[in-house]
Amino acid sequence: MTFKPEPGRLLVVDDNKVNRILLSRGLEGNGHKVETAENGKQALEKLRTGSFDLVLLDIEMPEMNGYQVLEVCLQDDELRNIPIIMTSSLDEIDSVVKCIELGAEDYLNKPVNPILLRARVNASLEKKRLRDEQRKLFRTFATKEVADELLRSGFSLGGKYVNASVMFADIRSFTTYSEKEDPAEIIELLNSYFALMFDAITGHHGTVNQMVGDGLMAIFGAPIPRENHRRESVQAAMEMMNLLGGFNQEQAMRNKTQIQIGIGIATGRVIAGYTGTQHRATYTCIGDTVNLAKRIEDHTKIVQSPILIDQYTSEGLSHDIECESLGPVIFKGKQQPIRIFTIKLD
Amino acid sequence: MPIIDQATFEELKQMSGEDFINELIDAFLDDAPNMLSNMQTALETNDVELFRRNAHSLKSNANTFGATELGALAKELESMAKENNLVVGNGLEIINEAYAKVAEGLKGMRV
Repeated sequence: MTFKPEPGRLLVVDDNKVNRILLSRGLEGNGHKVETAENGKQALEKLRTGSFDLVLLDIEMPEMNGYQVLEVCLQDDELRNIPIIMTSSLDEIDSVVKCIELGAEDYLNKPVNPILLRARVNASLEKKRLRDEQRKLFRTFATKEVADELLRSGFSLGGKYVNASVMFADIRSFTTYSEKEDPAEIIELLNSYFALMFDAITGHHGTVNQMVGDGLMAIFGAPIPRENHRRESVQAAMEMMNLLGGFNQEQAMRNKTQIQIGIGIATGRVIAGYTGTQHRATYTCIGDTVNLAKRIEDHTKIVQSPILIDQYTSEGLSHDIECESLGPVIFKGKQQPIRIFTIKLD
Repeated sequence: MPIIDQATFEELKQMSGEDFINELIDAFLDDAPNMLSNMQTALETNDVELFRRNAHSLKSNANTFGATELGALAKELESMAKENNLVVGNGLEIINEAYAKVAEGLKGMRV
């Protein structure tokens, strides 16, 4: 069985000309596009201007050695995702171990064995491709930072307590002008609606972690802690209403269906983590705060106010956001009355 | 000890393809004199790190071509530098002579 990998864009970094030629010709022979750099500084310059899939990095170099380049790359949000294979001579095994511990993807001994070269490069490229795909998938649900954080921290299924703001948003009603609903049109309507809501939520550092029917759940302040997650969740809600207003105007002009929604937000301690199995897992939050957020969202139906929040969320707002107390409400399943606030929209 | 180990050299030729074995040889003949002169400078200025790095490169390249003796000499000098020892006696003369033989040999092996 021959495995024919997709060609990648590779950077070979070595201060030694013979090594550079040897590595780059070998890789070109395997179908890859190769550029070279003679030292660490040059390597970083090239990495910052071009999109590379993989770096082969020498440890021993003048100006800036392999460790230093590796460290800079691992701390750089953009460069972190490029796998690095260290190239070293046999007697540098201690240095290699150090590099792998720091976060290098793999290593190769020089003089490089062509079979190992092909195998390790292709394996690293394949792993990167999978990671890129995962990242792309996450980005449809979360911000770039969250997607990166999830990939970096791995997918341990263990949970932890975090302080977060939880948002539920549901469609309250459709205002229809035509007698008959066209199923294709309804799905298109939902897709446009979700696209707008996702933009507003991820734009304020929230993560949409559940969509059920026409409803969605989003988390602010987790998995990456955010100092102002209470304010950001409310800002996201306000932007959702704003975007929806524009959307409804357009729909009205075209005699098409309009949407009314309700948003509920509660803040507090939640258990956050991945739930599911090793094969299918989702990041989620559970706990009283989540239940409360859902109850508050339901309550928007009764008070005819689109955005409702709990007291703790209201205490995290800046002065430019106007909110008004609606007094205490006793929710189903809760012993204590909860003070509810409505957000004033322009 | 042969100046250039034929088996290693053949392997290199196979791996690189005959097309660019000449390019590799030329690169080495181009670079190695710099490494040797850098080692000389390093001795004069007592720059252990410069000496070690160039001995390291020379060792690595010599081994690539199967220049076993040159590789062994360079490795010895590298080890001394690693221990902060630059009292190499006539080590540099010996390695220069070894290199001259390797260079002659490699020139004859171009295709």
